[in-house]
Amino acid sequence: MATAVITPERENYLNQEYGIKSWLLTVDHKRIALLYLVSITFFFFIGGFFALLIRLELLTPAGDLVQADTYNKLFTMHGQVMIFFFLIPSIPAVLGNFLVPLMIGAKDLAFPRINLLSWYLYIIAGVLMLHCICTGGVDTGWTFYTPFSTAFSNTKVVEAGVAIFIAGFSSILTGLNFVVTIHRMRAPGMTWSRLPLFIWAHYATSIIQLLGTPVLAITLLLVVFERLFHLGIFDPTRGGDPLLFQHLFWFYSHPAVYIMILPAMAVESEVVACFTRKRIFGYHFVAMSSIAIAVFGFLVWAHHMFVAGISLYSALIFSALSYLVAVPSAIKVFNWTATMYKGSITFTTPMLYAFGFIGLFTMGGLTGLFLAALGIDVHVTDTYFIIAHFHYIMVGGAVMGYLGGLHFWWPKISGRMYPEWLGKFAALIVFLGFNLTFFPQFILGYMGMPRRYWQYPPEFQVLNVLSTAGSTILAVGYVLPMVYFLWSMRYGKIADDNPWGAAGLEWQTTSPPPTFNFDVPPVVTWEAYNYDQIPAPAEEVSVER
Amino acid sequence: MFDNLPLWPARASTGAGNVDALYIFLLLLSGFMCLAIFVMIVVFALRYRRQPGRAAEQIEGSTALEITWSVVPLGIFMVIFAWGAFIFFQERTPPRDASEVYVVAKQWMWKLEHVEGQREINELHVPVGRDVKLIMTSQDVIHSFYVPAFRIKQDVLPGRYTTAWFRATKPGVYHLFCAEYCGSQHSGMIGQVMVMEPAQYQAWLSGGSTSGSLASNGQSIFQQLGCVTCHRSDTQGRGPNLAGIFGKPVQLEDGRTVVADENYIRESILSPSAKVVKGFKPIMPVFQGLVSEEQLTELVAYVKSLSAAPSAGTKVQESKVQ
Amino acid sequence: MSDSPAALERHDQHRPHGPELLHHFSSAQQQRDAASLGMWLFLGTEIMFFGGMFLAYLIYRLWYFNEFAAGSRSLDITLGTVNTIVLICSSLTVALGVRAAQMGKRKLLVILLLLTLIFGLAFLGIKGVEWYAKYKEHHIPGASFDAGDLIRDYPQIHIDPAHAQIYFSLYFAMTGLHALHMIIGVGLFTYLLYHSMKGRYGPEYYTPIEMGGLYWHFVDVVWIYLFPLLYLIDRKPLG
Repeated sequence: MATAVITPERENYLNQEYGIKSWLLTVDHKRIALLYLVSITFFFFIGGFFALLIRLELLTPAGDLVQADTYNKLFTMHGQVMIFFFLIPSIPAVLGNFLVPLMIGAKDLAFPRINLLSWYLYIIAGVLMLHCICTGGVDTGWTFYTPFSTAFSNTKVVEAGVAIFIAGFSSILTGLNFVVTIHRMRAPGMTWSRLPLFIWAHYATSIIQLLGTPVLAITLLLVVFERLFHLGIFDPTRGGDPLLFQHLFWFYSHPAVYIMILPAMAVESEVVACFTRKRIFGYHFVAMSSIAIAVFGFLVWAHHMFVAGISLYSALIFSALSYLVAVPSAIKVFNWTATMYKGSITFTTPMLYAFGFIGLFTMGGLTGLFLAALGIDVHVTDTYFIIAHFHYIMVGGAVMGYLGGLHFWWPKISGRMYPEWLGKFAALIVFLGFNLTFFPQFILGYMGMPRRYWQYPPEFQVLNVLSTAGSTILAVGYVLPMVYFLWSMRYGKIADDNPWGAAGLEWQTTSPPPTFNFDVPPVVTWEAYNYDQIPAPAEEVSVER
Repeated sequence: MFDNLPLWPARASTGAGNVDALYIFLLLLSGFMCLAIFVMIVVFALRYRRQPGRAAEQIEGSTALEITWSVVPLGIFMVIFAWGAFIFFQERTPPRDASEVYVVAKQWMWKLEHVEGQREINELHVPVGRDVKLIMTSQDVIHSFYVPAFRIKQDVLPGRYTTAWFRATKPGVYHLFCAEYCGSQHSGMIGQVMVMEPAQYQAWLSGGSTSGSLASNGQSIFQQLGCVTCHRSDTQGRGPNLAGIFGKPVQLEDGRTVVADENYIRESILSPSAKVVKGFKPIMPVFQGLVSEEQLTELVAYVKSLSAAPSAGTKVQESKVQ
Repeated sequence: MSDSPAALERHDQHRPHGPELLHHFSSAQQQRDAASLGMWLFLGTEIMFFGGMFLAYLIYRLWYFNEFAAGSRSLDITLGTVNTIVLICSSLTVALGVRAAQMGKRKLLVILLLLTLIFGLAFLGIKGVEWYAKYKEHHIPGASFDAGDLIRDYPQIHIDPAHAQIYFSLYFAMTGLHALHMIIGVGLFTYLLYHSMKGRYGPEYYTPIEMGGLYWHFVDVVWIYLFPLLYLIDRKPLG
């Protein structure tokens, strides 16, 4: 058991070179992953700050904390920042960037310089977004519906649109890098069916990023042009059609939610396998369901438009297809649960997040069944029911997956262990805070409280107060990991190469890895999740303080 | 439910019960599924926690299980789909002889007009037990007409008519919300639907406006704007005779056939060249910008009144982009 | 198609290789295959990017055929045809250039790249002329837009100025985006020209020429679609 042995530190990607230039001009996928980690954490707290202000305003029925226009900007920018500057990059840009080459036995991604370009595009977009926020903000809702966004809003729609446009290219290039890497750079013996499910899910995510994001790009570009040059493509007073905007927008934005959840499912598979010490039950089904989600995800966009004015027949088709896309997700949940059967389970922090993920994703996913039912959707669309639904999946699912993954691979990334008891404590706080924040919103939604409301009728107050109380707890849960991860980089216990006894090529190199990942390029002769061949760690990791 | 903490919306229309029934079914189904999964996880977590001397058993999978838990949920999903679709079909099919109320949404208020001429702002009076069909358009951005107690919601778009319908079952006052974000005072664009006993409603109606019915106002505009010069009541006019056309198919110059519904009338006034009737020339002037939303509503009501049944009850022809 | 790398070596061993092999690849073949797949995927994203506008075009053309036809007729078909020929020729010079690089014929490669550049710039110049004509005719969407000339020229059909403006909005958006891609292509080929003059490309390493060529061909193909869709709507003599 390696503790702080007095040996000169091994050369790894962190200490190989020092200085700001070595970071800002790096092409090492691992350093780029850390650059992303810092940037998206920054935007997470900005988006979170907006969320807190929203929840504070909603403590009382009257609009008494901020003005209506300010509130409208708050929920707009909360959505834009959280979706485009946190959730979409999060797992792929941090964990994906770090792990994809390692997991397949490569030295780096296929295009390291494009990887760095991705990050710079993200930063440029982020700076533009920050400038937009600080010089007036935007109030169209993250969905930019026309003609409000093109002809009525008096806020910085063009700037926000351009910022998101640029961020979209960052996303596209990351996806492109992953697909080429996974196709062309697998180590000898690493066949497709030996790939970790993390890779399968990121592959599916990347396909969506490649095919869907350009449509958002052109849509935002057309909105920007319409605003700048007074075109009429989406404006009915000038011959245009606002529903055309909605179709184009949702054609990307629905698959986007799968960009946000598939990587979390990727983490889930790795964590569950490791802490049950078992191969994932139904490996091929889980792999194929990632692909199925990506494909079907492109076929259901108009379920966001059931009351928008589409025809009855369109609505029927999209409702039916939406039920189809639910099946692969259900398959995954059943397979993860079945993996626990006859496993050997330890309750580490990542595993606690994994349990939380299954529970909350299941709840969020089941409420999706409500929404796909046309008769129900008419009543609950554009209400807090929708807000609760997508937060269960994006926060209860994706963010928990992100945090679980960060904890799981932290030893590999930093060479240090985080304090386990604090990790478990924070996980619990996040889980409790989350449920208190968002469960009441399901009730609010069915009762009829519409979304994007600055003020509301008094009978909705009690549930809103509960929700706000939960959000403060949730905030604490999110701040804790930031604090102790930082702390651990200096004072954390030095980690073994494989503290969890996990399967996967990333655990067969040092913690942290050397710049070129492997001293000897691996040759793979075993199946994924070969836990029958890997001894469990000698003692419970949770014992360590 | 509880007085200070209501947890369920009022049920005040014929459709509300149907929606609630499906919702409760889904609640039970989801509750059951959640419970099943949670219990299984808890049981597995406890039973199969790491114990010295017991290794995990490597199980590859089970195709039979995979097929079962794919097909069974899919089957259940299809049932839910069909049930939801059935409700939706009812929601989207207004009864033939529903009374009509025209709605014009604008930032940030609802303007409603009964055919008898009563105008209301942010309030809608309706009698219990009568089918009411709303014919709605927006003057500016997209809004959405939402009455939780009736479980109805429909986006209200600029440039076209959309419809919704309900039959109220319980007298009372119910929230009307705008449910599509529309700018500054989106959350202030709320109102009330007052459902009254039929006698009370009649009383309210007769105390009502002096501005004349929608159709009679429409007739005045029809004359003022000169429509009557071309659209004569014989076949000599330069424009088609409008008597009896509403709700019937119309043959167009380019070979298409369309149904003359509210959207068709409205489009023909604002953009006449879009659909030219067979046998006529495209010489009708464009009235875009020359008529207000209210005037359009009244003109449409007038043209409808020239047909056999005042409220034809046909489905408004829906969007071009589907 | 190699989907997995051929050679293995310890990272600290260094097999001699050409200067162009990047260190994270295990072989030149792998590097070539990665570049090729990457460029094809990128072109796929470009198809989706232009696709949104093609969808908008499709819908509005169905609805506003008259205005689209009138607007289309107001474009200069001669200049459009010349531009099409120019671009097709440029794709020929590109393809021949790739071949020249493959065969190690440096001077030929330089000439062909130069020709491609000239064709590309010619295209952009002609496009500028066409846009200027549109400006003079008040067909640029926005405050100064005026469809009066179309209404006068085509009395037998009814032209709604708003619908005509949509045609021109799409015209400028589509040709504008295409022109932007051409400018990027010109920049790319300037880079390639510079490096081929320095002798950087030859039979062992001509990937950038090939990838640049793919990009150029794609931009050409987009124009092949744009030309009939924008210029050739209902060009038969008016009856």
